Amino acid sequence: MIDRRVVVQATAEVTGNPEVFPAFVNRESFIELKARDRAQKLMDSGSWRELVDSFERIESPWLPEQGIAPQSDDGCIVLKGKIAGMPAVIIALEGGFQAGSMGEVSGAKMTAALDLAARDSDAGKTTAAVLLLETGGVRLQEANLGLAVIAEVISSMLFLREHAPIITVIAGTVGCFGGMSLVAGLSSYIIMTREARLGLNGAEVIEQESGVEEFDSSDRALIWAINGGEQRVGMGVADELVDDDVQQIAAVVRKFLEAGLPSVHRSRQVELYRSRIAALNAVQQVDPLSLRQQWSNATKAGGRR
Amino acid sequence: MSAQAGIRGKAWFKALTGKDQPMDGDPGSVLTSEAALGNETARFLCVVPNPQARFPCARHGEVGLEEAYTLATRLREVIDQDANGNKRPIIALVDVKSQAYGRREETAAIFLAAAATADAYATARMKGHPVVTLVVGQAISGGFLTHGYQANRILAFDDSDVVIHAMHKEAAARITLRSVADLERLGHEIVPMSYDIHDFAKLGLLHKLLHVDNPDSPSAAAVAQVRQELIEAVADARAGSEDLSNRFRSEGARQMRLAGLAARTRMEKEWMTA
Repeated sequence: MIDRRVVVQATAEVTGNPEVFPAFVNRESFIELKARDRAQKLMDSGSWRELVDSFERIESPWLPEQGIAPQSDDGCIVLKGKIAGMPAVIIALEGGFQAGSMGEVSGAKMTAALDLAARDSDAGKTTAAVLLLETGGVRLQEANLGLAVIAEVISSMLFLREHAPIITVIAGTVGCFGGMSLVAGLSSYIIMTREARLGLNGAEVIEQESGVEEFDSSDRALIWAINGGEQRVGMGVADELVDDDVQQIAAVVRKFLEAGLPSVHRSRQVELYRSRIAALNAVQQVDPLSLRQQWSNATKAGGRR
Repeated sequence: MSAQAGIRGKAWFKALTGKDQPMDGDPGSVLTSEAALGNETARFLCVVPNPQARFPCARHGEVGLEEAYTLATRLREVIDQDANGNKRPIIALVDVKSQAYGRREETAAIFLAAAATADAYATARMKGHPVVTLVVGQAISGGFLTHGYQANRILAFDDSDVVIHAMHKEAAARITLRSVADLERLGHEIVPMSYDIHDFAKLGLLHKLLHVDNPDSPSAAAVAQVRQELIEAVADARAGSEDLSNRFRSEGARQMRLAGLAARTRMEKEWMTA
């Protein structure tokens, strides 16, 4: 990793001004952090405790049967604590373990944590959830249990969402795909970086299923034009674009926590989105930039939730 | 496996409701109808192939953008109409090969469409509508997450053409870098990977497997039998909770989901003291 002080000094020498890129250079990267560190950074210092941590060694029973090393936290980290003084649970998926995919254990941890936050909230102790999603969706080595736990996560989210906001952060580099993109879609707020991607089907899967003429998965620019954070926020299906900066992401998470529940969840704006789909020209491919402009203009004209 | 997803769905929708056309204004791929079920009326929903669909990647029984938002609309309609009255049963007939795999769909945020439908199904359940899914053919991947997997009770035909799975065989093989033969062998050894509905039933997620004679062409006797099973599943759903805890508290789950249940038990215990 580059020593930031060296960069600051070099920038100052070149530009003659030490203040040129200080925020960018001095920022602390969120993307470079592991899931556990990401979660810890967002909690109020000293307020949190990790639940069902690695030392409890509740691992996937299905991976070793296939010659794959399990991980003692199953790639799902749950922290209970406070954010800006408010009770919260952070559930973070580790993109570095099986691409953050959902299995029996990671799914059970997520569902249980959401259920407990809903129970506390229902009892008067409003407990929001922050989901740090770096995930390809179902863990195919646990196939049917992976799909089943995602259905259960979705249900548990909807119970919690009646009481407290659910804030999803997709920072990258895995992004959020497959069944877990529904989990993002059901969140109260979605925060993304430019590096992050969000979609149901990844480009490789579309290329495999529908052919390279439908989606050329080697076309990185096209992938980010469609799935990237700038596009998703720009077209209004995600809420805030952030830099890869721990402090900035933490500030936006706090902002949404303080805002509480949105007046309407996006996944309930069925009429709005049904009419937008009806208005699409489906004869040819949809140009991402034009769509962004159309939908963002419509949002300004009264579609804001 | 059935040559084409959705054929059975349409056959059973017609057999149970007497109709086979979409509601006014809906795309040809989504069938919705009210029909008698016992001494009440239920709303039936089904996604069927539509070769004329506007979106080319959603013409063969996939759940695409139009299908998802139409289902969500028809579900929200029931929720609104029954807000202050008897909660109508909702019956999802499922024969979907997958979600739509297309660039248009990704560009227009199919993830949100799928979320909106899952939201509508789950909301109906949480508001007290008995939601019963009957898998008559395929129930695969995001197609099933969108249409059917939020039900209180899931029934499936006990038939070799019925497949409930996270991903169809050929794609799963490519992505996990295995041959289809390897995947089939693994499926026999590792229950959650199996493509066999009997193995799926072991996971404790199903309410019941139904044996019907010749599920491709519903006979009067089979329709009467299925209708009775739906009535019983509706009653069971009404008697049970409005969440999905029945799936992981089932006898099957207590055998097959020990690690997940252990994680849940520990989480509940530690949450109290954290």
